[in-house]
Amino acid sequence: MAWNSGQIAVAVIAVYLLVLIGVGVVSNRVFRGTAADYFVASRGIGPFVLLMSVFGTTMTSFAIIGSSAEAFKGGIGVYGKMVSWSGIFHSVCFFLVGVRLWSLGKRYGYQTQIQFFRDRFESDKLGLILFPALVGLVIPYLLMGVIGAASAIEAITAKAFVDQAWAGKNGGIPFWMGGAVVCTVTIVYVFMGGVRGAAWANTLQTVVFIVLGVVTFAVIANRLGGPVKATQQVAHYNPAHLKLGADTADDKVYEERMAEFEAGTSPIKPKHPVQIPPLVFMTYMFIPFSVAMFPHLFQHWLTAKSAKSFKLMLVAHPLLMMLTWLPCVLIGIWATSAIMPGGGASVIPPDFANANAVLPMMVNKLAPTAIGGLLVAGVLAAIMSSLDSQLLCVGSIFTNDIVNHYFSKDTLSDRTVVVLGRTFVVAMAIVTYLLSLWIPGTHVFRLGVWCFTGFASLAPLVFAALYWKRATKAGAYASILTAAVVGLFLFYRAYQETGLARGEEYLVWGMMPVTVSLAASTLALVVVSLLSKPPRPQTVDRFFEARC
Amino acid sequence: MKKVVWGLIVLLVVLHQDFWLWHRYEPLLFGFIPVGLAWHAGISVSAAVVGWLAARYCWPNDVDVDDNASPGGQASGPFDH
Repeated sequence: MAWNSGQIAVAVIAVYLLVLIGVGVVSNRVFRGTAADYFVASRGIGPFVLLMSVFGTTMTSFAIIGSSAEAFKGGIGVYGKMVSWSGIFHSVCFFLVGVRLWSLGKRYGYQTQIQFFRDRFESDKLGLILFPALVGLVIPYLLMGVIGAASAIEAITAKAFVDQAWAGKNGGIPFWMGGAVVCTVTIVYVFMGGVRGAAWANTLQTVVFIVLGVVTFAVIANRLGGPVKATQQVAHYNPAHLKLGADTADDKVYEERMAEFEAGTSPIKPKHPVQIPPLVFMTYMFIPFSVAMFPHLFQHWLTAKSAKSFKLMLVAHPLLMMLTWLPCVLIGIWATSAIMPGGGASVIPPDFANANAVLPMMVNKLAPTAIGGLLVAGVLAAIMSSLDSQLLCVGSIFTNDIVNHYFSKDTLSDRTVVVLGRTFVVAMAIVTYLLSLWIPGTHVFRLGVWCFTGFASLAPLVFAALYWKRATKAGAYASILTAAVVGLFLFYRAYQETGLARGEEYLVWGMMPVTVSLAASTLALVVVSLLSKPPRPQTVDRFFEARC
Repeated sequence: MKKVVWGLIVLLVVLHQDFWLWHRYEPLLFGFIPVGLAWHAGISVSAAVVGWLAARYCWPNDVDVDDNASPGGQASGPFDH
């Protein structure tokens, strides 16, 4: 009996998840049983695995599904907003922040961001306000991962279990089961191998989603008559999607194509030309600074074997981003004007509203069935490579910064710290899973965009900690509190004005909100630092004069 | 060289505002990549080149740490004990 597309997808997912468990088992065999090994892989990760684990951690399902969705809705602008800005500033953050933090982390034994900030800003209590800020920003991010993975599994396995009462939408694996499986597999390899397990799994997953993206692109381009023809179709029906700015000529083309569609002489319903305001395009530049404060990235940085391990990342990270995003953006643009091979109907139905389903639909209609199954493996790879690192870092923060530091005064044994770390990883995964069943998915995705704004608003803290001797404890508190107050205020205003609806970008004076919250937290840091007592000379020596 | 690298980063930020390409899509790179998208892909490649220059010529000489200098797993700062 021949398998249908859903059943093939189930088989691909099962094999893929078993391979990940295998990675966990292998990494467990080299686990040394110490906290340093569990949380920072004994600082022994080389350049290639460091690159792949950091890249996999920073890429989410948005890189594959979201990029094509945004290109389908608004054209090529998503690449400039998300990828080329990140290409410049992610590398800047890796160079200016990552390398220095690794160096200080190795010298003084830090395992979490909070340990570093407590020490640098001479404040034992700083962790008490950083902890809720960091964990509060990571949790929606975690939820996005679980909800994204469970939704993708349910959609792509449609028809696999049509006769079963427990099946989800269209006979696919139900949301609750998909989420439970993804969380369980992630727990297994993070529990067994700690950050080394996550780094190895991320390396595998990064290779998987890059290769599958390129393969999917080649197959779809071929089915559309080649990339040149696919783009020519867009130039004919939706030329504004090939540009950043629409003009009156695009409006005219839109009206002509719409008249043809309404007269029944064309299968493609054109999309209304959209233009990105230049100020919005420019102020997207502040979003990539969020990587400077991602706690899960901090943890990966600390795993590096040497400072030189970062060099490959500086060069390859922008290229890998391009390799991942460019094919998906092109597929999203082509989807606006694609006609089924042989003529006839459009590939994407007119008035198709669910942009996140554009890529799966292009694959389902244009590619062989097996590619659909492999696509879900690619999406899961992108999601799980972030999920594992985030679970591990939250577990690490709970263990090291709260329980061990505040409750046990750093007296816990190494073995107890590892047991606690594992326990918190499992507990956090369970809490995230239960929240994913309870919170409406769409709201979380909208919330996720604000997480980047929050992390970017905290970035002045880490730059000042590393490069400004005069930055003080009071300045640090002021910066964190200002970022929280301004960020929450803007979030509240956005919620009131747009309901956080997708497609409706909430702007402040025509700019991305991150511009205001970042400026406010920087100002608070500078002004309050200058007005308060400078750090002690020994602290300045420890972090500046006596640099390793 | 450090100033050159910083200058190149500023140049990339300026070049990112490609307002001169906003209202056209031709020429198409390889016949299918619109010029605006090709431009930003070029920014990604240029960022990699600047990253290489930074790693090659501006690498800080005070960041490598001897394995013996590390206290191991536990943090050793005055506020961690």
